[in-house]
Amino acid sequence: MCLAIPMRLMERSEIEGVVELDGVRRTVSLMLLPDAEVGQHLLIHAGYAIGAIDEAEAQTTLALLREFADAMVDL
Amino acid sequence: MGRGVTGSSRAPATLLLAHGSGGRLTHELVRDAFLPVLGNPLLATLTDAAVLPELPPGRPALTTDAFVVDPAVFPGGDLGYLSVVGTVNDLTMVGARPLWLTWALVLEEGAPGELISTCATGAARAAAEAGIAIVAGDTKVVPRGKGDGIYAVTAGLGVVPPGRDVGDHRIVPGDAVLVSGPIGDHGATIMACRHGLGSDGLRSDCASEAALVEALFGSGAEVHSLHDPTRGGVLAVCHETAERSGLRIHLEELAIPVRPEVRAVCEVLGLEALSLACEGRVVAWVAARDAETALAAIRRHPGGEGAAVIGRVAERAAGEAALVLETAVGGRRPLDLMSGTDLPRIC
Amino acid sequence: MTRHDLLHDRAAVAGLVRTIGDAAARLGRPATFMEVCGTHTHAVAGAGLRRMLPAGIRLVSGPGCPVCVTPVGYLDRALALAARPVTALCTFGDLMRVPSSTVTLEQARAEGRDVRVVYSPRDALAVAQGTDRQVVFLAVGFETTTPTIAAVLAEAETSGTPNFQILPGNKLIPPAMLALVDDPNLEVDGFLLPGHVSVLAGWEAFRFLAEEHGVPGAVVGFAPTDILRGVLELLEQNASGRCAIVNLYESVVSPRGNPTAAALVDRFFEPTNDSWRGFGEIPGSGLALRPEWAHRDASRIPVDLPPAREPAGCRCGDVLRGLIDPPQCPLFDAGCSPATPVGACMVSSEGTCSAWFRHERWGAA
Repeated sequence: MCLAIPMRLMERSEIEGVVELDGVRRTVSLMLLPDAEVGQHLLIHAGYAIGAIDEAEAQTTLALLREFADAMVDL
Repeated sequence: MGRGVTGSSRAPATLLLAHGSGGRLTHELVRDAFLPVLGNPLLATLTDAAVLPELPPGRPALTTDAFVVDPAVFPGGDLGYLSVVGTVNDLTMVGARPLWLTWALVLEEGAPGELISTCATGAARAAAEAGIAIVAGDTKVVPRGKGDGIYAVTAGLGVVPPGRDVGDHRIVPGDAVLVSGPIGDHGATIMACRHGLGSDGLRSDCASEAALVEALFGSGAEVHSLHDPTRGGVLAVCHETAERSGLRIHLEELAIPVRPEVRAVCEVLGLEALSLACEGRVVAWVAARDAETALAAIRRHPGGEGAAVIGRVAERAAGEAALVLETAVGGRRPLDLMSGTDLPRIC
Repeated sequence: MTRHDLLHDRAAVAGLVRTIGDAAARLGRPATFMEVCGTHTHAVAGAGLRRMLPAGIRLVSGPGCPVCVTPVGYLDRALALAARPVTALCTFGDLMRVPSSTVTLEQARAEGRDVRVVYSPRDALAVAQGTDRQVVFLAVGFETTTPTIAAVLAEAETSGTPNFQILPGNKLIPPAMLALVDDPNLEVDGFLLPGHVSVLAGWEAFRFLAEEHGVPGAVVGFAPTDILRGVLELLEQNASGRCAIVNLYESVVSPRGNPTAAALVDRFFEPTNDSWRGFGEIPGSGLALRPEWAHRDASRIPVDLPPAREPAGCRCGDVLRGLIDPPQCPLFDAGCSPATPVGACMVSSEGTCSAWFRHERWGAA
């Protein structure tokens, strides 16, 4: 039961926030992630933010994937 | 007020059952809410049936449609506009030039006047854009709770010009599959409305395809078949066409145009863009050698800028899937019709 | 290239597939890896990944679909509650077409019962705040979803909404995985571990698989590249004889998970023995509402239940345990199909049998 999407936190109040992906906005609950900061990318599941995305780690993953992709281009 | 609509629709503040009973109130409703925007010489006679002028040469084409959409007013359109373009597009898909529509409404007691005016104006705008006339109408009012605000039922009459023959019977292996623009805009817009997703860029694509399809025919490309991907989306029309024709259709996921907002709605709600309705797109099957000509003709036409070749037709061997998707990452999977409605999932 | 594009990049996938081919050759024997998350099942099928793997590398699905493992008795109880005129049943869309001993929720709605599909538990609370009816929310799902239900219960309390209850059905994945590795019939060389469950529970919840049972695991996300990185890691561990749980979803998964969520869940729920379709009872694998929340617990409402009836011949249980592939069930494509599902594995779009029927059934595709 795992469908969760990264969306960017645009604004927040005490327990709610507005998140956005490609121009699509949604109000979600921040009850499970009370320290979420505006500007962070959050994982959204069933109307709740369940986790925050570590940008540095995300970049590391993307760099790794670029290596795999480049290895194919060099063939 | 939209392009081509010169009057103004005024609907009663409170819609009563009596507005549907055929007496004075019905007369006022038609006179004030519908005639000012939909009016034309044929409709204005307000008799039991419209007696039409002689049909142009060719084969008559007749279609009917029912429109039930929630919400009835959405970004990019309304039920009135949708009901007209949807009917026009049905005629267009068989190669017919649309001419005349009927427009019947079932209204719910208490339906807001603004809803009725919006839909009447929308229908009028669509009729003007598509170059057709609404020549007969009807209005009924059902008790509160027995309807969903507004339902529309239409019939559309057109003529297929002599020499034109489009249909699945003409599809052959090698044919190119084209779509006239990004997919899923209408379905994503409706689902976003229903589930509290906001977006400035998201709007229904509902529009008449009549002029675009005429441009396609005019290009000289050999057009074999046309379908509008409404309920069930591009997936449904391709699957049904593949099944019906006994052939195999390959779709290329990377070639299928999808707007980022539509993709985002799909990701958030767990939907598939291929299954979402389009109300202003055409899927065309054209002879292989004419694919580029057809594509160029559609792209030149307003509304067709985002057209793309999305697949090919092939022979189908026994035991093979009718519809196959070459996935974005280089895999391959068969596609089938989704059973049941498009329910958002969390799994 | 956007992040989304890169995660789904054709060249990256091709590079990973090639590297997987090399790793499989080095391993020199067949290997079977199991994922335990319905969203992984869906992702594998959706990208057509299974056929891209080298011969001998098999991906199987375990009990990762909460819809599929929900026992018939739960649906029967939900329907019995829906039959009460005072009830407004709210559910995730995933449950609407699951067979019970009688009808589905979809059929019950068509027959006039108040059954509403919601995307979020918060939507169900909003329903309760707008009606005099008794809202019962069908609380199913694993560690990803359970905290959202605990959160909505907290909101129901603070907002003073008396007519909101849940029918508890949430389950825990690690106890089910323990049942899997304890099963002598199961032959699995590694697990692809659920990325979003791990966001909440922490990846250390799965360490016991490697440390106590000798099965390696990789915590992965849901993009094709994520899943393939997991397959590669498991192949490399098998080849080298290493056995560890590795976190490959580092951007969102931490060792201990989300503490706020854990505290909320603990406030409302306690572990209990629970029944999983196909497994029978698994100790400590379900979540019951603590006694102080009895007023939120719709399972305490007395209802008449039909005798729980599993369809004859249905082998969902063996499918869910990864013991057979769907075509080995006698009902597969012989009465049981996505259009006419007999067992739960066929209903959910990411149920193993449904995914197989729709994507793997065709020979060469």
